[in-house]
Amino acid sequence: MIVAEAKPIKEILEMINGLKRVLVVGCKGCVTVCNVGGAKEVAILASAIRIAGKKHHNEVEVGEMTLERQCDPEFIEELKDIINDYEGIISLACGVGPQFISERYPEVKVFPGVNTKFIGGAVEHGIWSERCAGCGTCIIHLFEGMCPIARCSKSLLHGPCGGSSNGKCEISPEVECIWDKIVKKKMENGRLEDLLTLKPPKDWRSARDGGPRKSVREELVI
Amino acid sequence: MSEYKSGSNLEKVLKAGHFALTGECGPPKGANVEHLKEKLQHLKGMVDAVNITDNQTAVVRLASWAACTIMIQEGMEPNFQMVCRDRNRLAIQSDILGVYAMGVRNMLCLSGDHQRFGNHPEAKNVYDIDSIQLISLVKKMRDEGKFMNGEDIDVPPKLFIGAASNPFADPFEFRVYRLKLKIEAGADFIQTQCIYNIKKFREFMKRAVDMGLHERCYILAGITPLKSVGMARYMASAVPGMDVPDELIKRLKGAGKGKVAEEGIKIAVEQIQEMKEIEGVAGVHLMAIEWEHRVPEIVKMAGLYPRPKV
Repeated sequence: MIVAEAKPIKEILEMINGLKRVLVVGCKGCVTVCNVGGAKEVAILASAIRIAGKKHHNEVEVGEMTLERQCDPEFIEELKDIINDYEGIISLACGVGPQFISERYPEVKVFPGVNTKFIGGAVEHGIWSERCAGCGTCIIHLFEGMCPIARCSKSLLHGPCGGSSNGKCEISPEVECIWDKIVKKKMENGRLEDLLTLKPPKDWRSARDGGPRKSVREELVI
Repeated sequence: MSEYKSGSNLEKVLKAGHFALTGECGPPKGANVEHLKEKLQHLKGMVDAVNITDNQTAVVRLASWAACTIMIQEGMEPNFQMVCRDRNRLAIQSDILGVYAMGVRNMLCLSGDHQRFGNHPEAKNVYDIDSIQLISLVKKMRDEGKFMNGEDIDVPPKLFIGAASNPFADPFEFRVYRLKLKIEAGADFIQTQCIYNIKKFREFMKRAVDMGLHERCYILAGITPLKSVGMARYMASAVPGMDVPDELIKRLKGAGKGKVAEEGIKIAVEQIQEMKEIEGVAGVHLMAIEWEHRVPEIVKMAGLYPRPKV
């Protein structure tokens, strides 16, 4: 899923400073799963904005709504009848949500309420970890199911580098060295020779480096 | 064309079978050319080539290529270090042509310390290719006269290709295989990380020799003299992939006030002499960090002066 983190309330209040009517819009997709942008978080943020408004004698009317998904125009359409009641929209979806809302309702001010971080998953309760860099040409089968593009700090295709120490990356003892894991798993599985071949440089055109991307599925295009 | 790949002094010394000695010099944090020249003067005639570091530890310094050209003007031979952290494949190939045009004949291919270490941790990183792909690229440019994309190069760069190896990083069992990969990619010589744990280095070299790697490329053992107990402790605790045994720190401490530096030099000389006896070691890479002026005495005490003329 796409993992996001809530923006500090102070930053959100600065963004919407001076607005009297604000709508907080959640999403039932990834951001609900990572507890940052679902109906519950919409309610919490709406309350926080109201309280802050009262505290500064600047009452703000805050609406709440949570859509099925904000990455689908079909659901963005549901805002149609209420959007003009508000001066600003705070989207708690990933970076796609505020853009889709902006595109559909160009006259409304849209603010991001979260920081979109990465494609990953929950590794422990309350802890999410990056797994995919969205490079567009998946090669994890070459590395025992672990992605060095997303998980090695240097995206090395021939690791581990000289900074690997006790299974940790040179950048921080908090970061695991994925290459340490890849090598150990290859050894355990008797497939070390897979790592003894030279891999050609990656073609980054399929990644963000090749410019903004689009996926076209002819059979689905109407 | 000669029988040499690059014709560099370092290549000639190694090919003639001499025990090679390379030095190292970090460019200044600024354009203080006089200071750079002064540091280089201590190394002149003392070593066969001098590595010029490339924004080492991810701290911005005078460009490695520029310091190399200044060195050539001073009549010395540089070993141009290049890291993959700061350049994509366009800049890499362009810089390789640039340094060759300016007279550089040795190049060390590195991944580079991650920028989060350095003084611009906010920077975007590049890592378009890794150090092993960089080695392959320099070899392709030199031997095939082609760019990475297959286009012809009008006058290819003839460089003696170096790579680094850290025998003390983890997992230890894989280190010698990674060295093999670098040799297969095209490394002509290897300079290792600073060695303090000689026992572990012997084990690493034994594995390398058993695989015949010492016959396929020249391995230079990295030596960095310890200036103080504080430096030894820092190396032991704060530098990832560095192995400094406790007894070495104890020995430095035991030297007593005012004598630690001398002891550090003595240790370095002993280490160099040990390296001469280890099978497969073709020379020493002496990294006297901000201690260039002590290099002449270390070289002389180690019996490596004068340097061979080939």
